[in-house]
Amino acid sequence: MSKVLKSIYMPILAVVIAIIIGSIIMLATGFNPVAAYTSLFIGAFGTFPNIANTLANAVPLIITGLGVAIAFNAGLFNIGAEGQYWIGAIVGTWIGYYFKGLPWYIHIPFALIAAMVAGGLWGGIIPGFAKAYTGAHEVITTMMMSYVAIYFSHYLLEFGPMMEKGSVPQSPLIKDSAVIPTIVPNTQLSYGIVIALVAALFVYWLMYKTVWGYEMRAVGFNQRASKYAGMNVPFNIVLSLSLSGIFAGLAGAVQILGVQHRLYDSFTSGYGYTAIVVALLAKNNPIGVVFSALLFAALGTGSQYMQLNAQVPGQLTDVITGLIIFFVAADKIIELFKTMFKKQKKEELAS
Amino acid sequence: MKEILLNPQLWSATLAMATPLALPALGGTFSERSGVVNIAMEGIMLIAAFFAVLFAHLTGSAWLGLLGAVIVGMIVAVIFAWAAVTLTADQVILGMAINIFASGFTAYLLNTIFGFSGTPTDTPMLPNINIPIIKNIPFVGQILSGNSIIVYLMIILIFASDYFLFHTNLGLRIRAVGENPEAAETAGINVIKLRYLGVALSGLFSAIGGAYLSIGLLNSFSTDMSSGRGYIALAAMIFGKWTPFGSFGAALLFGFATALSMQLQNSALSKNIIMMLPYILTVLALVGVGGKSVSPAADGVPYTPKK
Repeated sequence: MSKVLKSIYMPILAVVIAIIIGSIIMLATGFNPVAAYTSLFIGAFGTFPNIANTLANAVPLIITGLGVAIAFNAGLFNIGAEGQYWIGAIVGTWIGYYFKGLPWYIHIPFALIAAMVAGGLWGGIIPGFAKAYTGAHEVITTMMMSYVAIYFSHYLLEFGPMMEKGSVPQSPLIKDSAVIPTIVPNTQLSYGIVIALVAALFVYWLMYKTVWGYEMRAVGFNQRASKYAGMNVPFNIVLSLSLSGIFAGLAGAVQILGVQHRLYDSFTSGYGYTAIVVALLAKNNPIGVVFSALLFAALGTGSQYMQLNAQVPGQLTDVITGLIIFFVAADKIIELFKTMFKKQKKEELAS
Repeated sequence: MKEILLNPQLWSATLAMATPLALPALGGTFSERSGVVNIAMEGIMLIAAFFAVLFAHLTGSAWLGLLGAVIVGMIVAVIFAWAAVTLTADQVILGMAINIFASGFTAYLLNTIFGFSGTPTDTPMLPNINIPIIKNIPFVGQILSGNSIIVYLMIILIFASDYFLFHTNLGLRIRAVGENPEAAETAGINVIKLRYLGVALSGLFSAIGGAYLSIGLLNSFSTDMSSGRGYIALAAMIFGKWTPFGSFGAALLFGFATALSMQLQNSALSKNIIMMLPYILTVLALVGVGGKSVSPAADGVPYTPKK
């Protein structure tokens, strides 16, 4: 079977198996899986506002997922996208409310670019240089930097310099000139979706049509061979982790400017880790990231509706997400099933 | 500041907060010494914490709760080992998958079994132990005596782990498999079996740590109550240079940061800055400030037997 076809059908198989196991869990705990999945689907795509909210949910997942995919392409695991997202959100929020009287066409790009730079520094420069020159594993360094970022945001918001007057740990609202406008009224869908789609096309072009992308992928494929071919391996490590952080930072700022309009005190955005799942299911293909982000965004919006209408706890979608990734990672299990199935068929034919 | 440091509560809280880090850190030491990166410890802790409460509630015995937690935790660890060692799947990705699954699965079961009111308030707890003589010593007694039995179990396990890993034949073999599996196999060592052992031990230790959270410190389960301790334990293990005593020392340091930030509840600034320190220290340790932490050579690399 061709490699391209396999990269599409293996993730789909993983999703199908995860949905089946999800049904078994529901049956075992006394729920009707058909009713649950139906309401999950209606919650995600049943009405026009639901579709808009699903798309809105996909925006941070697409952008962060693209960043994670770039790092994966270079053979690096950016598990700390969550923290880079926070840094982007912090910087985006600050520029959003601190600067007054800027026209929107300056204010919005200013906030987004600053957030990208900050995310890039956080995810790229520190873990990137640590990896390239001391061999410090990026899984641990990006994860640690992620915790530092989250505690940093607590520090800023809990009676810190970014806290709004009053007793609620949250930042002031950003100025109107920094708000990315909403496309569909009364939903969360903003023009951030356009930014996300453009970003996906850009990453596709970068990774598959430029020398930079080629080199990063070569380093990811075989570091030693790339070095002998004259490529600058440390540069490519720093570059790919920086790009990864740039996109996560962008996602944080787009979410603030487009949806939240202020920074809240919280332990997780929920996007940084799901973005890793998004990239994995897409097999790190930038276009695949868009579709895989839609799937997980749909699980997110649909789960609330499912909980209300089928009384199935919404966390079931996390169970399914975990299972999907397990089967994507251990795709040999699927091949094991296949050989078992074939053997059975042969035995049936023989008898 | 001086008052806070002289408060025995700070130091007993340090010990209490270090325990659920030291246990998975010890577990991670076994797993990584055998060559398997196990970030699934976070999810194993969470699942164990839930089943500890469930079994303790159903049987009315905290000890059976602990036993149930350990069994379930080790089952998850063996599934992880099967996918990671036998099927040679990416260990970090698998670990993430298990962690997401664990978070969803425990929250789902919490809602379906116990409803939205949470776990029952009459769930039994593991006992606290008073040590004779020591308990009468002022200051020191308040710190070292009266802790959960798991705290003392942890201390025993640290010494036992150090002995096992560095002074027994089996420990030597585990380390060999994590450093150079090819050479180990040539010397007649079963690489796959020892990696299963390493991962199973990490499951065992993480499960005890998880049960400590739900029926040692408290007698209830809440969603995501492991709150990243499995990850922080990995940091402690690295900071402790993949040794049991080092892991314990790092866990104490991290536990101290948590305990101190709890004491500084009123001053949000210093609290959050202190909570950042362990993570910054771990990055510095990895980069090589103050003696570089070097992982086992074959850590995280799947191995396919040659024969």
